[in-house]
Amino acid sequence: MMSTIQVTHSGFFTTVQGKGRYGYQKAGVSVGGAMDSFASRIANLLVGNDADEATLEITMNGPTLRFETDALIAICGGSFRCTLNNKPVSMWKPLFVRKGDVLAIGACQSGYRAYVAFAGGLNVPLVMNSRSTYVQARIGGFHGRALRPGDVLSLRANAITVRESPIRWGIAFSERNYINGKKKIVRVAEGPEYRMFTNQSQERFFSSLYEVTTQSDRMGYRLQGQALERTTNQEMISEAVTFGTIQVPASGQPIVLMADCQTTGGYPRIAQVIAADLPILAQARPGDFIQFQKVSWQEAQRLYVERERQIKKWKTIIQQKWREMDDAR
Amino acid sequence: MDYTMFPLSECAVTIRFSTEVSEAVNDRVHRVAAFFEQQKKEGILDIVPTFSSVTVYYDPLVIGGYEEMCKWLRTELKRVERIKKTPARTVVIPVCYGGEFGPDLQEVARFHGISEEEVISIHCRGSYRVYMIGFSPGFAYLGGLSPEIATPRRSTPRTHVPAGSVGIAGSQTGIYPLATPGGWQIIGRTPLALFRPHDPEPSLLRAGDIVKFRPITEEEYRMWDDEHNSSNT
Repeated sequence: MMSTIQVTHSGFFTTVQGKGRYGYQKAGVSVGGAMDSFASRIANLLVGNDADEATLEITMNGPTLRFETDALIAICGGSFRCTLNNKPVSMWKPLFVRKGDVLAIGACQSGYRAYVAFAGGLNVPLVMNSRSTYVQARIGGFHGRALRPGDVLSLRANAITVRESPIRWGIAFSERNYINGKKKIVRVAEGPEYRMFTNQSQERFFSSLYEVTTQSDRMGYRLQGQALERTTNQEMISEAVTFGTIQVPASGQPIVLMADCQTTGGYPRIAQVIAADLPILAQARPGDFIQFQKVSWQEAQRLYVERERQIKKWKTIIQQKWREMDDAR
Repeated sequence: MDYTMFPLSECAVTIRFSTEVSEAVNDRVHRVAAFFEQQKKEGILDIVPTFSSVTVYYDPLVIGGYEEMCKWLRTELKRVERIKKTPARTVVIPVCYGGEFGPDLQEVARFHGISEEEVISIHCRGSYRVYMIGFSPGFAYLGGLSPEIATPRRSTPRTHVPAGSVGIAGSQTGIYPLATPGGWQIIGRTPLALFRPHDPEPSLLRAGDIVKFRPITEEEYRMWDDEHNSSNT
């Protein structure tokens, strides 16, 4: 029997996202994948999946899902109102769902994106070695597009034994601090063209606040604030750009490239958001303010390794918790 | 071989061979990128050649970090010089010019005071180097458009340009791999799929290729067999 899930409401923009699509940037294919890879990876670990398994990425407003199978899920990310059969349920912890249950994910209260992981993973094909949706090219994920009402999702493996007692453990609040607040501090390292900006612009970039505009999506965030100027009008030659690259076009207003960004760009790159802070940016919504803070490349690299270690640590702790539950039965 | 190296992110380093565009520099870029690919080093995730640089994406936990990555790249760059240059591939792109497939052909001809046939003949006479693939999946930056048919972009971009459309924008010519909005002067359309997401090599064109255009009739366009798609080299 197929393990299926009916999508009765699709939410504002819900797509399948997990691991990025590496190895094809030379063909112009963007890497994509989860915008907040911290939340999506933790959600997967909570249900015993590989960290990079495909999840549902929810933006601003969540979907309503009717389960036609028992399942083990976890919802992590920005704080959304979630109910199971009209009773509130918590995020950031494993949750057993029974056949016939209705999970409704409502509006986002803080942050902007959340991830639903399903034990066993979503049954969507691998395209170029990734299950992530690449909307611009209409490939990957669920038929290369965002979910619509009436869609039917299916799960890959499903040998879930639903347990009676609720799970009393989850991810600590201190780990989710990055979600909160209208003003976000985002650390960056100097971009390749940093020194082409005037001293005044370099100073402004770090001293003033930049607002996330409504022209912001999975491809990039257009920011609004003090304009940035270069010392030269020299045209740039297109070079590689990546998730977190901050470009400054002629308008002087910075654009932060996000997960679905182009593989190459021709605007000067003032800075690069450090990988450890990309989840903060992924949780910023239009109207939020960004304060950039400079760190060295050495520091960025140290923080990268620290973040990866932290995720490994969570994996070990979660596995331990599941073993304890098994032992207690 | 002169170059500079700098981090693009914690997981990417760019090697820049020049701050200018030239065929010689671009040759070197493709040679280096191909050589790195051949090494199949564990921990390297992506190699992206552009006009005059190569960016290498890597997993710092496997490679060991930026310094270690640069050290490996420097050693390999010394070896590249000894590798013979592989000849460029030539890819012929069939194009049905004008009519509904090339709504701006007339405008390009009018702009230069020549006939539509002359525009087609000049466009097909050229050899175009694929300097790089970027901007969108399968989109090739082509060099070598004759100034005789270089034409400014349309003042009002179209909201929908069909996939396969062949256009001119300033001194560039190119092919839209996906249906998108766009402001290029559209002179024709190819029945070939530039982006093939289910093929092992998803982009018809590779950086370093030479592109030539060949005119086809509307009937040939409509009868084009998709099987020809992958045997066009």
